[in-house]
Amino acid sequence: MADVISPQPSRETDRSAERLKRIRDGLSSRHAREKRFRAYGLAAIGAALAFVAILFVMILSKGLPAFTQATMTLDVFFDPAIIKVEPKPVPQQGQSPAEFRRATLDWERQVTMVNWNRVVETAIKNAAPDMEVDTRQALSIVETNERFLLRDRFVADPGLLGKTIPVDMLGSANADNWLKGNIDRSLPDAQQQLSAPARALADKLLEEGKMRFAFASHIFTNVDSRSAPASAGLAGAFVGSLYMMLVVIVLAVPIGVASAVYLEEFAPKNRLTDLIEVNINNLAAVPSIVFGLLGAAVFINYFRLPLSAPLVGGLVLTLMTLPTIIIATRSALRAVPPSLRQAALGLGASRTQTVFHHVLPVTFPGILTATIIGVAQALGETAPLLLIGMNAFVAAVPATPLDQSTALPVQIYLWQGNENRNFFEARTSAAIIVLLGLMITLNAIAIFLRTRLERRS
Amino acid sequence: MNKDTVMEPNAMQLPSERIVERSDLYSIKSSTVRTPDETPLPTRVKAREVSVFYGAKQALFDVSIDVPERAVTAFIGPSGCGKSTFLRCLNRMNDTIEGCRVTGRIELDGADVYDPQLDVVELRARVGMVFQKPNPFPKSIFENVAYGPRIHGLARNKTELEEIVVGSLKKASLFEEVKDRLHEPGTGLSGGQQQRLCIARAIAVSPEVILMDEPCSALDPIATAKIEELIDELRANYTIVIVTHSMQQAARVSQRTAFFHLGILVEEGPTETIFTGPREKRTQDYITGRFG
Repeated sequence: MADVISPQPSRETDRSAERLKRIRDGLSSRHAREKRFRAYGLAAIGAALAFVAILFVMILSKGLPAFTQATMTLDVFFDPAIIKVEPKPVPQQGQSPAEFRRATLDWERQVTMVNWNRVVETAIKNAAPDMEVDTRQALSIVETNERFLLRDRFVADPGLLGKTIPVDMLGSANADNWLKGNIDRSLPDAQQQLSAPARALADKLLEEGKMRFAFASHIFTNVDSRSAPASAGLAGAFVGSLYMMLVVIVLAVPIGVASAVYLEEFAPKNRLTDLIEVNINNLAAVPSIVFGLLGAAVFINYFRLPLSAPLVGGLVLTLMTLPTIIIATRSALRAVPPSLRQAALGLGASRTQTVFHHVLPVTFPGILTATIIGVAQALGETAPLLLIGMNAFVAAVPATPLDQSTALPVQIYLWQGNENRNFFEARTSAAIIVLLGLMITLNAIAIFLRTRLERRS
Repeated sequence: MNKDTVMEPNAMQLPSERIVERSDLYSIKSSTVRTPDETPLPTRVKAREVSVFYGAKQALFDVSIDVPERAVTAFIGPSGCGKSTFLRCLNRMNDTIEGCRVTGRIELDGADVYDPQLDVVELRARVGMVFQKPNPFPKSIFENVAYGPRIHGLARNKTELEEIVVGSLKKASLFEEVKDRLHEPGTGLSGGQQQRLCIARAIAVSPEVILMDEPCSALDPIATAKIEELIDELRANYTIVIVTHSMQQAARVSQRTAFFHLGILVEEGPTETIFTGPREKRTQDYITGRFG
């Protein structure tokens, strides 16, 4: 009896033990695979973070010093022996406004003809009386446009004649580079930008505290300059970018959102809408320089809009950003559960009411994010702008979107390509920091608004 | 000037007239309501040879049925038998599905529902719907219920709107539970409460017919019992059509039952008859659980 029954359960236990053994055998390789995959993931994230860290460290270490520049405070004597001009004209009885204007202009011309370099040179030499430097050497450590600033100061206040006042003067780019050590200080004279006496002068002024590194606010307030590299700034490019962003926001957002809403909520699903959808998806993948060509052909050649204008740049960037906004908005709309639409429709809401009362409010954070990402992408775009002439050298802040201008990324491209600044000056990195700062600000706004809106709904 | 004074009260009175008229209707008729076994109730919705196609595939074959007034009609049948499809024909929710085509004739109070002249917005105001999964709007409880009356212009002013909202919530037996948090989001309620909120939202528009598409399938037994109780109460004032997977539910809440199978309306009649002595063998098999 016992013999008959016993084989049965033992086979059972054998089988279940066998099964358990197989599962256990497989376990170790399964765990190993899991660990391996996790390690790959960690390695990938680690590599990505490392690259980001390297990028930021390099940009910050190169760019941050550019936000301070060698500045000297000199006692400037408005020497009547050099500044030989008549007193500034004042309106006189019986003089017409035109005559007064002419007299003023004549006087200003006289002031401009004054050898202001001489005034600057004297001030420098007085600051370091024991240094043996000639005129050229003395002037080579000061920014070339400082003489015009002195003139402007005098035009504004002719009473300065014969007085001595302390004036902050920007050091020249070469002096700045020398003092910051951007140029190898051990290089022989022939390879240095400044002559030996000029270098010694700069060193001495720094040592004596007459030269210091001050915050270079002119990076934000000045426009680009070629003759006075140390005082070149981003103001023109910044305003140009701002105008383009405005154009993009005003055009791309309503057009993009409206097309997305129409295509997703109202358009019948047929061949034509399929074709449109495929085309929009393809447009998002078109290289941006192609949009530049399109812009040059359509807006400039056909519509005769001005070259280098932020308006045209904005239009080109709008074309480029539209697919991004449309696709992102559509996916936000698609993510709305159909039950929400059914609830509204079931109550007798019309399609438009359903969309505007229920669907859009839910998708608003998504649309907003899409918009800001699109605008940030447009802000950082360079290639299409080169083709519509925005890589021109523009030394003015554009007053309207139709004025010639450049843009932040294009300004970086221009500076980076300038042989004078390429290696020695950190200006490019400083511009990159400004651009990145702007981008990070935009993204931070997007995240802030999204979380706020999501919390509210 | 004169015109204005004449026009305005008229325009203002219109919605309230409708409300008064309807509530009068209910109060008179609800006293005369009887069980369907005694006297046949007047037909509210009439369907004749309704077929539905999804693209090339036919989902419903020649369904003809009369839905009586102020009674609960249950549609039962196995999954995919077309009962929900047919329900969605009654307020033309199938319009929103791409490639869906309906043939045949559906009448609401003798008027063709699929008449191109008929405004679907008006139809859906008259035929409300409650869905399988509770789907409150991501807004406050108050706004959820107020939305329907607001878009249809049913309330003359804020006080009236509040009356409608409170009344609807009371009718949906939800008011006591939410009266202190009317302005909190409707999505924060429990599943059963959400479904009752959806019912309150549907009845706030004072529809004549309420379609319910498996309203309890996402709920636990206690919430289900509450909804069933509510359906039984609503029967006095509304024509209710309910799709359900639970035969016990059909037996509990409905007066008439229709059994669908493979897109065909197999049998339809008083609930008692369907459950105790069905004519068709397929009905018998389904009810006794032989397939499903």
